[in-house]
Amino acid sequence: MAEKEQNNQIITENLSLHYGTLQALKQVNLAIPARQITALIGPSGCGKSTFLKTLNRMNDLIEGVRVSGKVLIDGEDIYDPAVDVPLLRKKIGMVFQKPNPFPMSIYDNIAYGPRIHGTRGRRELDEIVIRSLKDAALWPEVKDRLKDNAFDLSGGQQQRLCIARALAVEPEILLLDESTSALDPASTLKIEDLMTQLKERYTIVMVTHNMQQAARISDWTAFFMLGEVIEYNRTGQLFNQPREQQTEAYLTGRFG
Amino acid sequence: MDMSHTALNMAANDALKRRLKRRKRLDLVMRALSFAAAVFSLVILAIVLYRVVVQSIGWLNVAFLTGKLSMFPEKAGISGVILGSLLLMVIVIPVTLILGVATAVYLEEYSRRNALRSVVQTAIANLAGVPSVIFGLLGLTVFSRFFGLGSSILAGGLTLSLLVLPLVVVSSSEAIKAVPQFLRDASYALGATKWTTTWRVVLPTAMPGILTGNILALSRAIGETAPLVVLGIPALILRSPKSLLDDFTALPVQIYYWTLDTVLTPEYAHLAAATIIVLLVMMFVLNGAAIVIRRKFARRY
Repeated sequence: MAEKEQNNQIITENLSLHYGTLQALKQVNLAIPARQITALIGPSGCGKSTFLKTLNRMNDLIEGVRVSGKVLIDGEDIYDPAVDVPLLRKKIGMVFQKPNPFPMSIYDNIAYGPRIHGTRGRRELDEIVIRSLKDAALWPEVKDRLKDNAFDLSGGQQQRLCIARALAVEPEILLLDESTSALDPASTLKIEDLMTQLKERYTIVMVTHNMQQAARISDWTAFFMLGEVIEYNRTGQLFNQPREQQTEAYLTGRFG
Repeated sequence: MDMSHTALNMAANDALKRRLKRRKRLDLVMRALSFAAAVFSLVILAIVLYRVVVQSIGWLNVAFLTGKLSMFPEKAGISGVILGSLLLMVIVIPVTLILGVATAVYLEEYSRRNALRSVVQTAIANLAGVPSVIFGLLGLTVFSRFFGLGSSILAGGLTLSLLVLPLVVVSSSEAIKAVPQFLRDASYALGATKWTTTWRVVLPTAMPGILTGNILALSRAIGETAPLVVLGIPALILRSPKSLLDDFTALPVQIYYWTLDTVLTPEYAHLAAATIIVLLVMMFVLNGAAIVIRRKFARRY
C-alpha cells in the first residue's frame, strides 16, 4: 500500500508549450504521485495553470498552442495521436477557478457527464447523483431541492456542485485550477477538507495562489516561475527548507 | 485702478451672462427639436392606424374573417388569405430555423478563424442588404422555374425563407456568441465532444436569443409583398389553398391587389384597410411573443 502511494501516475518529460511565439512552459519534468495532493504555486503568469491544462489537453481548445515533450499518464503518452481526447478528459476531471454550473437543475448538472457517456437508466442516474453529491459533501444541503436551478446555490455550493459533477464520471485524477480563489474563507475550508478526504481515492493536482492552502493540504509542491519548475519537493520540505533562493524569496513574500 | 478693475469684471460678467442665456435658449430649442423628431414617427403611426381603422369600420367583422374571396366587395372574406399567410409560416419557420441555426453553429462553433469564415460572414451581411425584389427574382428563377414549383405556397415560403435567412443567421450567431466560454469548458472537461457540447449546452443556453431573432425574422417575412408579387401570384384567386403546392395569396399581396384595384371598385379600399388591421395584429402578436421570450429567459450567469 505504501509502495502504491509512491506510484507516479503523471510523469512529464521535457514538456514545453508555446502560444504562438511565446513559450509558456520550458522543459518541465515532473512526477506526480497517485492518490496524493500536489500543489502548483508561483507568481501570476508563471505557467502553472497552463501546465495543469496540458494534463487533460484543455489547451487543445486554444488556437495556436503547440506542445512538445511527453505527458505520461499511467504510462501512456496522452499527446499520442491515437489518444481519444474525450475519453482522456473523462478520466481526468477538472474544476475551474470560477464555479461554472450549467444553467440547468442541480440533478441535471450532475447527470450531464454520465448521460453523455451513455448512462440512461433513471435508477442508475439517481444513484450516481446521490453518490456524487455525498462525495462532494453537498448532499445534506441540496437533497430536497435537486430540481432547483443550480444558480440558486451559493458560490461555495456551486463549486462543490462542480466537484460533484466532475466526480460523477468516475475520474481517476482531479485537476483544480485555483478552485477556491473566488470563494469566501468558510467555503474554502470546506473544499480543503473535502480534498483531503478525496485524495484517498483520487490523484489531485491543484493550482493555488494561496500558499497557506498549499502548505495546509498538499503533500507535494511544485514552484513554477517563468514557465520553469524551480523546485519540486514534499510540501513540508519546500516550505521549511527551500533549496532554491527564488523559492525562498517567493515564499517569504519578496515577490509575487 | 480698483474701480476700472471692477468695471472690467462687470463687463466680463455681462458678456458671460449673455452667452449663458444664449446657450440655455439653444438647449431649449434643441430639446424641442429632438422631442418633435421623436414624436414624428409616433404621429405617422397614429395617422396610419387612424386611416385604416376608420376605413375598415363596418367591413372588419366575423363574416369578413371567415368568408371566401369574391369579386363583390360586400361578399368578400379573407379566410383563404389568412390561411395562405399561415401556411407560408409553416414553411418559413422550419426552413430558417434549421438552415439559419446550422449556419450560425458552423460559423461560431466549428469554423476556425479562417478566410472561408470571413467570406461567408461578409456574404451573409451583404445578403441582408439585398432588396426583397431581388429575392423574388431569385425565387422565380430557382424555385418557380427550375424546380417547377410555380407560384405555389412552397415556392413562396422558400423564397421568403431565403429573404430572412441572413437575419436569422446574424441573430443566432449573436445568441451563440453570448454563451460564455466557461460553460463550454465545463462540458469539454467532462469528456464531451464538440457536437455534444453544442447540442446540450450551447444551443439550449442560446435558445431564447435564437427564438427572439427567429420570431422577428418571421414577422418581417409575413409582411413582405414584393418577392411574392414577383413570383407571379395571380391577382385573383377565389379558392383557398388545399396543399402546399397550391397557388395562394397572402395578406400583404391581397392588400396590394385590392389597393391597386380601387380605381375600378372604390370599396376595395375598405377591404384593404380591414386586411391591414389583420396583418398588423399578427405582427404585434409575433413581436409581443419575442419580447415575452426575451424577458422570461433573462440571462442568469
